[in-house]
This record gives sequence, C-alpha cells and structure tokens, in this order.
Amino acid sequence: MSGVMKRMGMIFRAKANKALDRAEDPRETLDYSYQKQLELLQKVRRGVADVATSRKRLELQLNQLQSQSSKLEDQGRKALALGREDLAREALSRRAALQQQVTDLETQHETLQGEEEKLTLAAQRLQAKVDAFRTKKETIKATYTAAQAQTRIGEAFSGISEEMGDVGLAIQRAEDKTAQLQARAGAIDELLASGALDDPTGMAKDDIAAELDRISGGTDVELELQRMKAELAGGTSQQAIEGGDASAAQDQAEGSTRHKFDKQ
Amino acid sequence: MIVRIMGEGQWTLEDSHFDELNKLDDELLAEMETGDAEGFRRTLCALLDEVRRCGAPLADDALEPSELILPSPDATLDEVRAMLSDDGLIPG
Repeated sequence: MSGVMKRMGMIFRAKANKALDRAEDPRETLDYSYQKQLELLQKVRRGVADVATSRKRLELQLNQLQSQSSKLEDQGRKALALGREDLAREALSRRAALQQQVTDLETQHETLQGEEEKLTLAAQRLQAKVDAFRTKKETIKATYTAAQAQTRIGEAFSGISEEMGDVGLAIQRAEDKTAQLQARAGAIDELLASGALDDPTGMAKDDIAAELDRISGGTDVELELQRMKAELAGGTSQQAIEGGDASAAQDQAEGSTRHKFDKQ
Repeated sequence: MIVRIMGEGQWTLEDSHFDELNKLDDELLAEMETGDAEGFRRTLCALLDEVRRCGAPLADDALEPSELILPSPDATLDEVRAMLSDDGLIPG
C-alpha cells in the first residue's frame, strides 16, 4: 500500500496526463496550457493584493481599538484620581473587553501576513516556471515532430501542471481564509460604526467621559493652580501634587492635567 | 528523486533517504486513517523536516515533475483526506 506522498504524486500526474490525453495536437495543449498559466498568475497576483488589502484594513482597526483602549485607561486613571472607583472599574472592564478584541485581531493579522508571504513566494515560483515553460514550448513547437516531441512535451507539461495545481490550491486556501477574516473585520466595522466601540477620533463623548467632565469641572482648574503655585515656589508640579495635604488628596492624579478629555 | 512540498517548492533527494521517508509516510497514512490529528501533525512535520534537511532545493524555473508530493506544513487532516479522494481539492 502506498503512503500519502506517493498517492498525492500519482494524483497530480494523473491530472496532467488526463489533460495531455485530451489533446489531438500536443502543440495546441502547450498553447492552451500557457494561456491557463498566465490566467493563474493574474489570479495569484490579485490574491496577493486582496490579502494585502484585508491586512491593511485589520491594521487600521487594530489602531482604532488600541487608541480606544488607551483612552479608557486614561479615563480609569482620572476617575480613580477623582475618587470615583465605580467609574474607574467601568472604564477598565470596557478596556478589558477591547483588549480581547485586540488580541483576536492580532492573531488574524499574523494569519493574513503568513498567507500574503506564501502567496507572494508562490507567485514568484510560478512566474519563473511560466517563463521557463514559454521558452520550452516555443523550442518544442519549432522542432516539432510527433514522435520525438511527445516525451519532452509530457515532461514540460507535467512540471508546470503540478506547479499550477499546487499554486491553485494555495490561492483557494488563501481566499477561504481571507473571506472568514473579512467577515470578522466587517463585524468590527459595524461595532465601530454603531458607537459600541467609541469613535476613535475622540470627538464623540462617551458616558464615562461625560461623567468625568461633570465631576471634574473645577478640579482641573484647581490642579492647574496647584501646579503653577508649585512652579512659582520653585518645586515641581509632581511634588506639589504628591506632597499635598489631605485636602489635596484628590489631586494625586498623575499627570491628570495632561488629559483634557474632549475639551477640543 | 524529486519531492514537492506543497506551497514551498521542490527538493532533490538521494534515493538512499527513501527508506526513512517511506517509514514516516506509512505512519502518516495510518494516522490519517485512524483520524489521529495530533500524530498526523507531528509526523507530517517530521517528514517535511527530513525532506528539507536531506534535500537540495530545485531551481524555481526547473520544469521537472515530482515523484512524491507532500502536503503543506499547515494542511489539516481533513484537507489531506480530501486531496486523496477521487474528487480531490487539487485544481486542474
């Protein structure tokens, strides 16, 4: 009983032989095969472009999710500085959900990158084989006599036919994987569009930001004053804030003056 | 002899390596038939590594048919089964 690799070899050869047997004049088969090769090359190149487009789209989404995640982290920090642990918890749990999405997208991004590399290499290999086949085909046709050309046609045809089968399968698999990932990417787009994930431009106000704005209305001004006083006194703002008395406990927001939420 | 690893290209191997490859190939077939996905993955990787280790890559523009053909490293058990079936996955 033959194993996997022998059987697969036989299957490829059988396919090539079947195509050759159908031909009345082998020269026509060579020309037809060459046309098919050029079509496949085009298809592989389109495949590479499609996968690259999907990859770029994922990168864009990853950036959006990551900026949203950073924003939620800042909000959590600010809420905690203002003594609102409930708000901070909410912001951080939303961030955790986003991080899960980010992790999933990163995995998909790796998959797509792998497919893109494989297809690029497949396209290069196929291009080299197609060029070699064209030269061989023309030589065979120029010196054609039915008897002597049969073997050489068979060899050239088997070689290219096998490569085409291999590359054809690679492109099929890449298309399947890309279609699955695109469906997922579409779902993320919908989430972004529906506002379930916040507008990454930061123009829209989410409920946490609105609440933070409400409760920190005067606090930012107080923090700014504290910082200026400290500067005038020759100290650093950090010392002024961190070294404050109990009444300034709420001012312990590390760098909170840097985060002017949605005050564009 | 010439061996193709799908998705990677072709390698030329001395016939002396054939025994070792055959052993692994029989194991691979047995694992495929019993549905042992883990064993299948392990043996497939070993088989591919052996080909890459012992073989010399064939030039991209060589038009040689392969005597043996191996699935790509990430091929699943089901995919290989389908390739070996009558309809097969292989285009053309």
